[in-house]
Amino acid sequence: MPKRKDIKTILVIGSGPIVIGQAAEFDYAGTQACISLREEGYSVILVNSNPATIMTDTEIADKVYIEPLTLPFVSKIIRKERPDAILPTLGGQTGLNMAIELDESGILDELGIEILGTKLEAIHKAEDRDLFRTLMNELNEPVPDSDIIHNLEEAKAFVERIGYPVIVRPAFTMGGTGGGICYNDNDLAEIVTSGLKYSPVTQCLLEKSIAGYKEIEYEVMRDSADNAIVVCNMENFDAVGIHTGDSIVVAPTQTLSDRENQMLRNVSLKIIRALKIEGGCNVQLALDPHSFNYYIIEVNPRVSRSSALASKATGYPIAKLAAKIAVGLTLDEMMNPVTQKTYACFEPALDYIVAKIPRWPFDKFESAKRNLGTQMKATGEVMSLGRTFEEAILKSVRSLETGHFHIEMKNSESITDAWMEKRIRRAGDERLFFIGEALRRGVSVETIHEWSQIDQFFLNKLQNIVKYEQVIQANPFDQEVLYKAKRMGFADKTIAKYWHVTELEVYKFKKENGIVPVYKMVDTCAGEFESETPYFYGTYEEENESIRTEKESVIVLGSGPIRIGQGVEFDYATVHSVWAIKEAGYEAIIINNNPETVSTDFSISDKLYFEPLTLEDVMHIVDLEQPKGVVVQFGGQTAINLAAGLEERGVKILGTTLEDIDRAENRNKFEAALHEIDIPQPLGKTAVSVEEATTIANEIGYPVLVRPSYVLGGRAMQIVYTEDEIKHYMENAVEASPEKPVLIDRYLTGTEIEVDAICDGENVLIPGIMEHIERAGVHSGDSIAVYPPQKLSQYQMDTLVDYTTRLAKGLKIVGLMNIQYVISKDEVYVIEVNPRSSRTVPFLSKITSIPMANIATKAILGQSIIEQGYTPGLAPTSPGVYVKVPVFSFAKLRRVDITLGPEMKSTGEVMGKDITLEKALYKGLVAAGMEIKDHGTVLMTISDKDKAEGIEIAKRFYAIGFRIMATQGTAEAIKNVGIPVDIVDKIGSKGTTLLDVIQKGEAQFIINTLTKGMQPERDGFRIRRESVENGIPCLTSLDTAEAMLRVIESMTFSTETMKHQEVKA
Amino acid sequence: MKTRYLILEDGTVFKGNAFGSDAGTIGEVIFTTAMTGYQESISDPSNCGQILTFTYPMVGNYGVNPDDFEAIKIGLSGVVIRELAEQPSNFRSTGTLSEFLKGKNVPGIEGIDTRKLTRIIRKHGSLKGRLTNAGEEVNVDQVVKELLATEIPKNVVQQVSITRPYPSPGRGKRVVLVDFGMKHGILRELNKRDCDIIVVPYNTSATEILGMYPDGVMLSNGPGDPTDIPEAIEMVKGIIGKVPIFGVCLGHQLISLASGATSFKLKFGHRGGNHPVKDLRTGRTELTSQNHGYAIDADSIAQTDLEITHIALNDGTVEGVRHTKFPVFCVQFHPEGSSGPEDSKHLFDEFIELMNAESKKESSHA
Repeated sequence: MPKRKDIKTILVIGSGPIVIGQAAEFDYAGTQACISLREEGYSVILVNSNPATIMTDTEIADKVYIEPLTLPFVSKIIRKERPDAILPTLGGQTGLNMAIELDESGILDELGIEILGTKLEAIHKAEDRDLFRTLMNELNEPVPDSDIIHNLEEAKAFVERIGYPVIVRPAFTMGGTGGGICYNDNDLAEIVTSGLKYSPVTQCLLEKSIAGYKEIEYEVMRDSADNAIVVCNMENFDAVGIHTGDSIVVAPTQTLSDRENQMLRNVSLKIIRALKIEGGCNVQLALDPHSFNYYIIEVNPRVSRSSALASKATGYPIAKLAAKIAVGLTLDEMMNPVTQKTYACFEPALDYIVAKIPRWPFDKFESAKRNLGTQMKATGEVMSLGRTFEEAILKSVRSLETGHFHIEMKNSESITDAWMEKRIRRAGDERLFFIGEALRRGVSVETIHEWSQIDQFFLNKLQNIVKYEQVIQANPFDQEVLYKAKRMGFADKTIAKYWHVTELEVYKFKKENGIVPVYKMVDTCAGEFESETPYFYGTYEEENESIRTEKESVIVLGSGPIRIGQGVEFDYATVHSVWAIKEAGYEAIIINNNPETVSTDFSISDKLYFEPLTLEDVMHIVDLEQPKGVVVQFGGQTAINLAAGLEERGVKILGTTLEDIDRAENRNKFEAALHEIDIPQPLGKTAVSVEEATTIANEIGYPVLVRPSYVLGGRAMQIVYTEDEIKHYMENAVEASPEKPVLIDRYLTGTEIEVDAICDGENVLIPGIMEHIERAGVHSGDSIAVYPPQKLSQYQMDTLVDYTTRLAKGLKIVGLMNIQYVISKDEVYVIEVNPRSSRTVPFLSKITSIPMANIATKAILGQSIIEQGYTPGLAPTSPGVYVKVPVFSFAKLRRVDITLGPEMKSTGEVMGKDITLEKALYKGLVAAGMEIKDHGTVLMTISDKDKAEGIEIAKRFYAIGFRIMATQGTAEAIKNVGIPVDIVDKIGSKGTTLLDVIQKGEAQFIINTLTKGMQPERDGFRIRRESVENGIPCLTSLDTAEAMLRVIESMTFSTETMKHQEVKA
Repeated sequence: MKTRYLILEDGTVFKGNAFGSDAGTIGEVIFTTAMTGYQESISDPSNCGQILTFTYPMVGNYGVNPDDFEAIKIGLSGVVIRELAEQPSNFRSTGTLSEFLKGKNVPGIEGIDTRKLTRIIRKHGSLKGRLTNAGEEVNVDQVVKELLATEIPKNVVQQVSITRPYPSPGRGKRVVLVDFGMKHGILRELNKRDCDIIVVPYNTSATEILGMYPDGVMLSNGPGDPTDIPEAIEMVKGIIGKVPIFGVCLGHQLISLASGATSFKLKFGHRGGNHPVKDLRTGRTELTSQNHGYAIDADSIAQTDLEITHIALNDGTVEGVRHTKFPVFCVQFHPEGSSGPEDSKHLFDEFIELMNAESKKESSHA
């Protein structure tokens, strides 16, 4: 069917900030969709609150709105733009929920706006547990015994009938928020209560647990002419019971015979037809490992994380085609964009295996529950392609950047057998490594299967790997053994360890003996048709298909899996760098391993290598491509960390040289450099031992800021107040060594400033300066950033520009740099310089319309800032006020303390822009998901050091009509200044306690500040967690509280009594 | 494992590991892109005399079971894969692929760059190749010379067909199923529809068939070049117009040839489970299972009483025709699936309906 001619303008709804369960995959899907619709001649209006995405670039859509994804704001945009239609199925659950809200509000009917793609009725049928179950019954398809419950009593009744274990799935939430498996009454009470709270319709599905079944997924597509295909099927390495986003997944299925495969394929197609899906859809099934019995677990009537994975795994661009289906095109009339010779109506054939491993944030959240269940906890994922399972899984392991290069763990000797068994029985993030260890200890595949219910096929494969370790160890520098080891995916690093030599020696031996990988094309058709896709993976085989072109090339290293501290912002910069390289006339080659992102869309670069970002894997590509050089400054710390090794092996690092990168990152060299250019920094030194650390801290005086060098996202960064604390930190939190010293700085309170700049070696362009709402001490990624600064004097601004310029030149930066300053007592100090792209690059680029990554890349390639048409110095200020507000995923992570501090905790960000700071903040906070009530109760528990400030805030809340509640100490302080306050009892008391107030929803805001340091402070922790569990904004920084207060003040009016007139006699 | 070579007629040599039978073989090297269903492909009689390469690299994962054979006798000459699974995992598995092939005297080679091989076949078309004896070192030039001199056998249908008829009773329509190297899947679909089936050898005459008073005749799939079995073409000529006919794969080619169309050899065939076929009558595209090295020339259809009903979406070749005067239709692909998609199983229902319609006509004439 030809495309629709009756519609011209289409509104695409994005997915908002990155949170656990909804990450960069929607930037990829949304970007593809927008480009795809514009290709067909439609005018695209995009709304998304997330500035860190390619999707919100002005080149991607005809009109881009970075505004909150809430009914009032989206309605306003709709009224203004009057689109003919909206496309909601590409913006994740957020996009879908927004569309449902819009529909229910009546605005779509009122303005005659059509919903494209899958109809809302189908979405309801797929998402509403009850309707879905009814549909499955009609289709005669089995679903696990289940019941919809609305309260705990109903849940108990269900359990009485079915027995434990049962699974709780809250309705209309993504990533399984609030769900889990219950084994007993306590679990049931806890999980059902939280599940009901998270469900916007206060509804949960209780389901008989089918844990242990194989979890199989089908990514299906259907068009309006009822053509339906399966793009990819996938098998979870982990059995049913662990959220698919938290499972290791392989594609295609491995342990299913054709009969099982066709059976489930037929079911998936039957469902997608019954739902009348027009676009992409994900069907999750559970298959009994001992029979043909199966159950339908879930259907997602939209593109998803799985569809992004399927797209990258097969080369088949699901989102792109789903968008075209939405405007009426059918699969049999569209070409397969990969082969460009065959049609889109076909099912990709793979001649490789794909393995995906999730990336969890537990390295940052030491206290978090590491168990995996039905609620997703991963922030990102890596994917690898290989010709065997062994190769694919080992490539993925070393892509994770968790310090693992093999299925083994550090300090394995100290793990007891009992602990090992426990960690294999109850899945956690490190299960794969525990299994490796168990196999090494001689535990049988059968036993591990019994513990884990992981299919023996996969366990046997892991066994193959472990068995071969011994062969490698026994045969140093044996060519045949080495070749086989490489074919099984062993890393050079692992082999070097077995041979007691350096990694470089293994690499050299490999090269001398011609043991190098070849690169195979991902072509959707297993070689059956000729294709030109520039999408490759490495493997040890005979024929290489990646041919170096005549054109001079530049390699850009991507940023790997999304994790806290290194998010989609770095993919944004990577993509822009690739575009700039192409514009400058070079062949742009990218290496990355993250299946969710735009940068791994093969249509972005001239050539995509989907490979691990390790020295070995990058070097082989460099050897083949012989590029002009490698760009490392856009791929976050992942890429920067590779620079030294690459240069050591003779690779040219483009832009800021390795020596200068080191000068910015090595504390002592940095200090010397600052001294030379005469820029002050807080007192500080590096320590490599506990003793040294305490001596330094005593010298410079507490409190001090401690952190390991060479990290991103403030990992393991803390403010310590006493000698005991610093000892504890040095002994437990970090492993200090001469290679990895710990930085100890005087902690200065004051305003934190962030500046991004571009230097071409001679001139410095400063697109903008940002001021943080929260004072120094809160990680910059967790602070609200404001552009332009609101509180700085001209003198301070001038100083910042002067320092930034001198730093850029002094450190010989070529490309991007990011600097953090603190202004304490009117003095500007440098805290940190990052010789690379930063989290704020997309935000600032969008505000100032200065394409920073593009300019920086061209500067790296030799085009000066002036030649590019920009004036050095601070760019003219853009009109308006812009705020970047962090977004957290605390609801997904049990037992994580939400207090803001030097270690970053947020997963994403939103932008708020308007004409005043208050308005911009309002938008930012609302877009970040906070509910701002203009009246109600504030619950305050303020530590002594913050009492004075806290009282001021209490006064202002009182002035605009809020009721104040506080714990004893805080309450007395407030009462002393004459403000009425209700006292609430501490946790554990007999009367109404803090927890009761929170649980009953009696407080609209909670302000809680930490007493001091990091000592476990159990009451505070419980208050903060309870507020997360109950969805009440909890502010742990008085600066954030003050900002929020300003917003509320600007929304309301204070009421005051008239002063008594004094009649003078 | 012992070393084994795969040597192609163009001189390319692949060194890998031997599995299955120790004795080597010669055959036409072909490839299938299906990712599951190796047991069905290996037992598919249409592959008689050929050396089958699996483009999917890991084969044998779910072992071999007693249910999924498409024939009792294995016609296939050899198997080429990237990695053989030694420890299969599936509840129905009763043994490994290697053990099974050994028992059936079929040699296999594993550990080679099958994608390179596939690309060679794609470029040059299907080639003859030799799998050497396990552990044997050979003179490559000599082997190439021999390969070039080797004729592809013309009696493959005879090799995989049966020699005498047998019944597969049911209470429904009586169907004579001509076995040219039939996949069990076809029998299974007819059984499912309660047909009263008599399976007959490929060289059964029209008179013999009509003498069985069938409600319909089903022409099965089979190996090789359809022009190699002129006796079958004659038989088809003799039954067209006298009884409803449904043909699959080789059966489709025979109906077309019997109606005056011509066939040709495809460069490297259609083999796999992801081939889109457009039904020109409904406009809908279905994913099909395919396994054929020959096809019917679309231009040659014009001079016949046939009309094209199905085309391959990718290369536009003929995938199905229907007789304009008589109740005869056929498809080049495999509606029975096994292995592969089952999107087109409804064609068997159409065959039943066609037989029903014909018998109604007859009874109204009576």
